[in-house]
Amino acid sequence: MSQPTTLFHKLWQAHVVRSLGEDLDLLHVDRHLIHDLSGARALTDLQERGLAVRNPELCIATPDHSISSQPGRTLASSPFGERLGGGLRKMAEAAGIPFFGLDHPNQGIVHVVGPETGFTLPGSLLVCGDSHTSTHGALGALAWGIGSSEVVHVLATQTVRQRRPQTMRITVDGELGQGVEAKDVILHIIGALGVAAGTGHAVEYAGTTIAALDLEGRMTICNLSIEFGARMGMIAPDETTFAYLKDRPLAPKGGAWDQALAQWRGLRSDEGAVFDREVRIDAADIAPQITWGTSPGQTLAITGTIPAPDSFVEAEQRNNTELALEYMGLSGGQPIAGTKVDRVFIGSCTNGRLPDLRRAAAVAQGRTVASHVTAWIVPGSAQVKVAAEAEGLDKIFLDAGFEWREPGCAQCVATNGETVAPGERCVSTSNRNFVGRQGPKARTHLAGPAMAAAAAIAGEITDVRNLTAVAEDK
Amino acid sequence: MEKFKTVSGVAAPMRGINIDTDKIIPKQYLKTIERAGLGKHLFAEMRYNEDGGEKPDFVLNQPAYREAQILIAGDNFGCGSSREHAPWAIKDFGIRCVISTSFADIFYNNCFKNGILPIKVTPEQLELLFDDADRGANATLTVDLATQEIHGPDGGVVHFEMDPFRKQCLLEGLDDIGQTMQRKGRIDTFEEQQKAQQPWLYGHPAE
Repeated sequence: MSQPTTLFHKLWQAHVVRSLGEDLDLLHVDRHLIHDLSGARALTDLQERGLAVRNPELCIATPDHSISSQPGRTLASSPFGERLGGGLRKMAEAAGIPFFGLDHPNQGIVHVVGPETGFTLPGSLLVCGDSHTSTHGALGALAWGIGSSEVVHVLATQTVRQRRPQTMRITVDGELGQGVEAKDVILHIIGALGVAAGTGHAVEYAGTTIAALDLEGRMTICNLSIEFGARMGMIAPDETTFAYLKDRPLAPKGGAWDQALAQWRGLRSDEGAVFDREVRIDAADIAPQITWGTSPGQTLAITGTIPAPDSFVEAEQRNNTELALEYMGLSGGQPIAGTKVDRVFIGSCTNGRLPDLRRAAAVAQGRTVASHVTAWIVPGSAQVKVAAEAEGLDKIFLDAGFEWREPGCAQCVATNGETVAPGERCVSTSNRNFVGRQGPKARTHLAGPAMAAAAAIAGEITDVRNLTAVAEDK
Repeated sequence: MEKFKTVSGVAAPMRGINIDTDKIIPKQYLKTIERAGLGKHLFAEMRYNEDGGEKPDFVLNQPAYREAQILIAGDNFGCGSSREHAPWAIKDFGIRCVISTSFADIFYNNCFKNGILPIKVTPEQLELLFDDADRGANATLTVDLATQEIHGPDGGVVHFEMDPFRKQCLLEGLDDIGQTMQRKGRIDTFEEQQKAQQPWLYGHPAE
């Protein structure tokens, strides 16, 4: 009998075109997503070298980073929309790469578009010039983010050189408490392990908690893998995955679907497969999370207290905490709940999908955004927007005083100019609370969509479970 | 790709940990698709005041480090976004070598693609190098990739590990696209087999 194998090794081995050394391989890329921030540059580089795109049919391109999210937008609505988004359109069309422009029903954030169109498939190897490409591992794909020079390599050769990482399995078991969602699970994991724990590792998430999540929740988990340094996060495909994919426009149909399904069912770690590192998390320990600092690992339970610098033993940690608190305008030893907020952003490749918007809408329904708060809802894609509007979610948000905007990365990374003003505090469902991420001197608190909606209503960081309780009392 | 053999020069100490790529090159400078000229925006928010004036305390603004060719930094350097503008900005500033205890994977890879040598050392070695770097122009370092050594100002030598394949690529300035293009036959064969086994991966249904 053959050695028990991890899902990661199965996916990796299936894509080796050629070994280049002990643990360095040339791997075939089955799916390549291209966006406006690095796409135009890479396609221009390729052209300047006199090379062609090897397999344009294995790519899709869509603008997301540079474009405005303003209702009624055009490429000209953001400072660099025409240069980057327009540049991508021109280069992609010339190369024969399917392009989902602003007026296309499939436009959106690459990591939302890939899965929802069925472009991302179990067992495929997918790359994109964006660190949050780990998202696609939620469907059982081997997916990671690459730099723009590597994008050129992929365009020219349909392959990528990659050193084989170590493996890590994070098993989360048990039922999530009331008001606890996928975002809380992964922030809890990052807080527990530290922001560099995953460096050099491919992570598989497993356990009953993960199995019970919908595909969108699994994407949120895999998306944030990079925030603890893991380039790849993945979840074995199961019936939930197959039900999600069936009948998606780019997913296989008819006989091809049956044939694919038969192969996909074998995509899981064998019993007894050995991982380089194993981590176990008890779902009962996870409370709704909110970050307090300038790194995603600086997170705490909503009921928690902001750490004081002197609570850390190591000088480096003390110093780091001090700097983070100063930037965030917070004091150690204070409860995080009750901190006044100026803005709320709900969207991004982390939490911009339909179930995310449903959870936020459930909190917003029949309530009003606090008068001092500007709150935005930015659907992750045109498909998400249309589906949400069909359910009337836009109306719930608009009635509550949220802005209902056009799909894209928007205020998560603010490369489109939609920054949070200096000194303003924003509760955001995005993925990074780095210094200056949402704008110079902007203060970001990461949380899930329900917690973010609750902050918009309360005008301060608050425990969504209290709001829900009020709603149930009514 | 530009070759890397040795670099000799001033090393700038940057003690913070988790220096992310948003810090290395903030988003407002990602508008360009040009690589040149990013050096003046390197570490922009740490380096300049709102009025554009320099923050005198920031290491690269200090007279001793304005021409630094080596950067010594704390753990997990380059975490966050995959933006290749980060190594472009570092190189455009004039830095050819970054030394830390650990790097984020994507940033680490991106360095090699741009002729920058990232070196991993132990925490003890990093402390020694920080001490040297603190002495500014009075203590230049020499990094020799061929021998995998960092020579300190007082005769001290730190040996570092380096993957032989990557080392060869940097030393010879090898073009990885050109190398892979030579394996076109292997790629063709792989795709033929894959098409036979997983036909649904091919033929774009979007068209």
